[in-house]
Amino acid sequence: MILNSKIPDGPIIHKWEQYKSKVRLVSPNNKKKFEIIIIGSGLAGSSAAATLAELGYNVKIFYYQDSPRRAHSIAAQGGINAAKNYQNDGDSIYRLFYDTIKGGDYRSREANVYRLAEISSNIIDQCVAQGIPFAREYNGLLNNRSFGGVQVSRTFYAAGQTGQQLLLGAYGSLMRQVSKGKIQLYSRHEMMDIVIKNGKSVGIISRNLINGKLERHFGHAVILATGGYSNVFYLSTNAMNSNVTAIWQAYKRGALFANPCFVQIHPTCIPISGNYQSKLTLMSESLRNDGRIWVPKKYNDNRDPNLISEDERDYYLERRYPAFGNLVPRDVAARAAKERCDAGFGVGSSKMAVYLDFRDAIIKYGKIECKINKLKNCDHNLYYKLGKKVIKNKYGNLFSMYKQITGVDPYNNPMMIYPAVHYTMGGLWIDYELMTNIKGLYSIGECNFSDHGANRLGASALMQGLADGYFILPYTIGSYLSEHLNLEHVDINDDVFKETELDVINTINSIINIQGSKSVNYFHKKLGQIMWNKCSISRSKEGLEEAIKEIKILKEDFNKNVFVNQNDKNLNIELEKAMRLLNFFDMSELMCKDALNRNESCGGHFRVEYQTKDNEPMRDDINFSHVSVWEYSKKYQSHILHKEKLSYNDVNISQRSYK
Amino acid sequence: MNINLKVWRQKNMNVVGSFVNYKLSNVNPNMSFLEMFDMLNEKLISQKEDPIAFDHDCREGICGACSMFINGYPHGNKHGVTTCQLHMREFTDNQTIVVEPWRAKAFPVIKDLIVDRSSLDRIISSGGFVSLNTGSARDANEILISKEDAEESLSAASCIGCGACVAACKNASAMLFVGAKIYQFSKLPQGKIEEKKRIKSMLKQMDKENFGHCTNTGACSAECPKEISLDVISSLNKDFIKSSF
Ligand SMILES: Cc1cc2nc3c(=O)[nH]c(=O)nc-3n(C[C@H](O)[C@H](O)[C@H](O)COP(=O)(O)OP(=O)(O)OC[C@H]3O[C@@H](n4cnc5c(N)ncnc54)[C@H](O)[C@@H]3O)c2cc1C
Ligand code: SF4
Ligand code: FES
Repeated sequence: MILNSKIPDGPIIHKWEQYKSKVRLVSPNNKKKFEIIIIGSGLAGSSAAATLAELGYNVKIFYYQDSPRRAHSIAAQGGINAAKNYQNDGDSIYRLFYDTIKGGDYRSREANVYRLAEISSNIIDQCVAQGIPFAREYNGLLNNRSFGGVQVSRTFYAAGQTGQQLLLGAYGSLMRQVSKGKIQLYSRHEMMDIVIKNGKSVGIISRNLINGKLERHFGHAVILATGGYSNVFYLSTNAMNSNVTAIWQAYKRGALFANPCFVQIHPTCIPISGNYQSKLTLMSESLRNDGRIWVPKKYNDNRDPNLISEDERDYYLERRYPAFGNLVPRDVAARAAKERCDAGFGVGSSKMAVYLDFRDAIIKYGKIECKINKLKNCDHNLYYKLGKKVIKNKYGNLFSMYKQITGVDPYNNPMMIYPAVHYTMGGLWIDYELMTNIKGLYSIGECNFSDHGANRLGASALMQGLADGYFILPYTIGSYLSEHLNLEHVDINDDVFKETELDVINTINSIINIQGSKSVNYFHKKLGQIMWNKCSISRSKEGLEEAIKEIKILKEDFNKNVFVNQNDKNLNIELEKAMRLLNFFDMSELMCKDALNRNESCGGHFRVEYQTKDNEPMRDDINFSHVSVWEYSKKYQSHILHKEKLSYNDVNISQRSYK
Repeated sequence: MNINLKVWRQKNMNVVGSFVNYKLSNVNPNMSFLEMFDMLNEKLISQKEDPIAFDHDCREGICGACSMFINGYPHGNKHGVTTCQLHMREFTDNQTIVVEPWRAKAFPVIKDLIVDRSSLDRIISSGGFVSLNTGSARDANEILISKEDAEESLSAASCIGCGACVAACKNASAMLFVGAKIYQFSKLPQGKIEEKKRIKSMLKQMDKENFGHCTNTGACSAECPKEISLDVISSLNKDFIKSSF
């Protein structure tokens, strides 16, 4: 198989400009003739839908929530990066590019990442013009903060609800086009399969979740913007309904899947409290700007944290990584927390937690406030009072969320946190034009693979989703469509639609006819445990091989014993969940396979066999500087590995060090 | 804890629903309200009964999907939280909890506790945006916005579109929802330009969707999980009078 990534020639700083000036355009009159299907209304899907409709294309957008505004992107907290250099702290397009490549541990594509950094500034301009109330300084200029893995302040934010504000901006633009009749909304519709004719994607089969009806939709192009697959692990920070179905079905129909094992474990989440737990809540990375992470120095210390004195605390990130301290990238922080807890220094009732402490920050800000306001008779209590106000302004909603969930007040006690599955860097393989290897099938946002390598930097997913949707796809799609002006309208009564629909019907029937006795969640939780134990923060050959076996057995059990109500003519949530879980089973197997195959440690992928003496990951550039690209062989029902070689001309490859 | 539940069950849009009683024991006080429903549903599934349908997704108070009317209050009696953020420790042992869907003409019931809130989408579609095409924006720092204005704008923009304000209102008015969007833009130069038009068209759409009129009872703001202030309504009324001349 030839993997043509279609990277334009020329120096990296000119590639995108040159591409744009040369790409074939579709004339306004012709744009009106095209129907485009978009699956997903998160940042990537909504921004693409709005922009394509503004250009004149006819868009149908599908999502399983009741409103496009509820897509998982709404939950993003901390912020969005852009190389504006408003803080004059040495930021530049190149530096954002470099940080992203380095943060991704040299496993992402140079040209794509450079383009992302280049576009980042336009996104902020666009969003501000939409009326998004980003945080401001007293002088009225935009405010920034810094995020893990970088040494500049380039993150724009709206309190702890940046994703919400960005998504509502894109949603507004989307709804404006709905009112103009350019976009049709398909709420509570789930894409079940993709329809491919003569190697080109021509439509989808969707299921109306309210009445269970299967529908056929034709599109000249199909864009998947369906988010990540962290919910393979059952417990993750993703919304409960996030799933892998759309890209997995595309994979089974021939689209390639890249780096499936690259998963990001976020270091700062609220720890698990019981087996009834349905999801994990993230505490934004921005908290690490001010919070200090520590565990007691004493083994198995059960004292109240406020009684543990300064010299009895082990600020292990500051100790191990003095240059970046609490702001090391996520993979590094997550592994370090696990290491301390596994060694018996964890805190809380489960001992699987570490402290994130704001005591020092509160006092520090209190002192600054006293100075600024020239207050006299300042004492500890006043510092505390004033500092608390500053912290409240910065992170108020996160602090109240923490209190709401745990019942503990984080202004007076350190937070307890632990890593949790958060983001999937892997996804459908795409070329420079964001097109999969199937013609006319695109993948944007978290569901593609290209920009974050083996580890994503904080505040870069929002940037990527919006870059893809607002600024890249609307150009690159012209390249395909302009060649297909005469692409005939495939009738939805064409055999290819009927056959694909029949496959979906068969799967549904096979599930509802099992009539076993166990719930879908029973199996999903079990799958999550296997994956968390054997394919998460650290992985071993032995564990992965076991996991593959266990998943097979679990899937067989599911196929014999799951119970799903046969009523598929009304809303049937168990059926929805079962269909998704079926794909998660297959996905998890491929993830383990990919992890097993990658005999190195890089980014979020840590294989215990490949580490240095001081437990740092050992990357192997000679044998693994490539994208692992998987192809599904229908004939043999197996996965075939291809490799896209990665080469770096514009950065010097080095061992990643944050010491 | 032991809990007695009285839950609204309704098969679909076309049939009449009714309350059904359920008993649940061994409820952990640290469970969220939705996790308690998960537990109940697991029990129903094990008895081969149809589980209770309810909307949810993020389970952290931001997507606005969850929507249960609990003991007479949307999102329950606790202030400033959504249903998914409500925990069982807020209830007492052996308490009876009545759970209904949002009730409003503009929100028809789809099944059990799930209602159709697309009317809110249509209100936004009528004018809840800045009319701007991608790619036409100037540098983000060219227009200064005071910190106070940005913060006030954000507090109104925090609306999650859940519809609790409508469910709380005896007139089933969506005035708080509409006011919040209008207020967000009124505080920003980018949004100010289309204000008059926006107010007119959004209010018109609200009427068209069968939401009731606002009689200023304040129940909406009191029950809003994001604590959107009643000021957004009074400010809207002022602006509306201005925009009518
Ligand atoms: C708690 C949390 C906080 C985060 N904070 C940040 C942050 O501060 N900064 C940052 O940069 N990133 C952050 N991220 C990551 C970021 O939010 C996501 O990566 C990003 O929002 C993904 O956007 P998306 O458009 O690709 O997909 P999503 O927003 O996940 O949207 C997926 C869409 O696809 C639809 N869909 C999926 N499958 C189907 C199907 N089969 N049929 C029909 N529709 C389907 C869904 O309905 C939905 O509309 C955070 C993530 C989490 C979980
Ligand atoms: S105003 Fe409040 S109650 Fe009404 S939709 Fe918005 S968040 Fe919900
Ligand atoms: S489930 Fe998202 S707000 Fe409750």
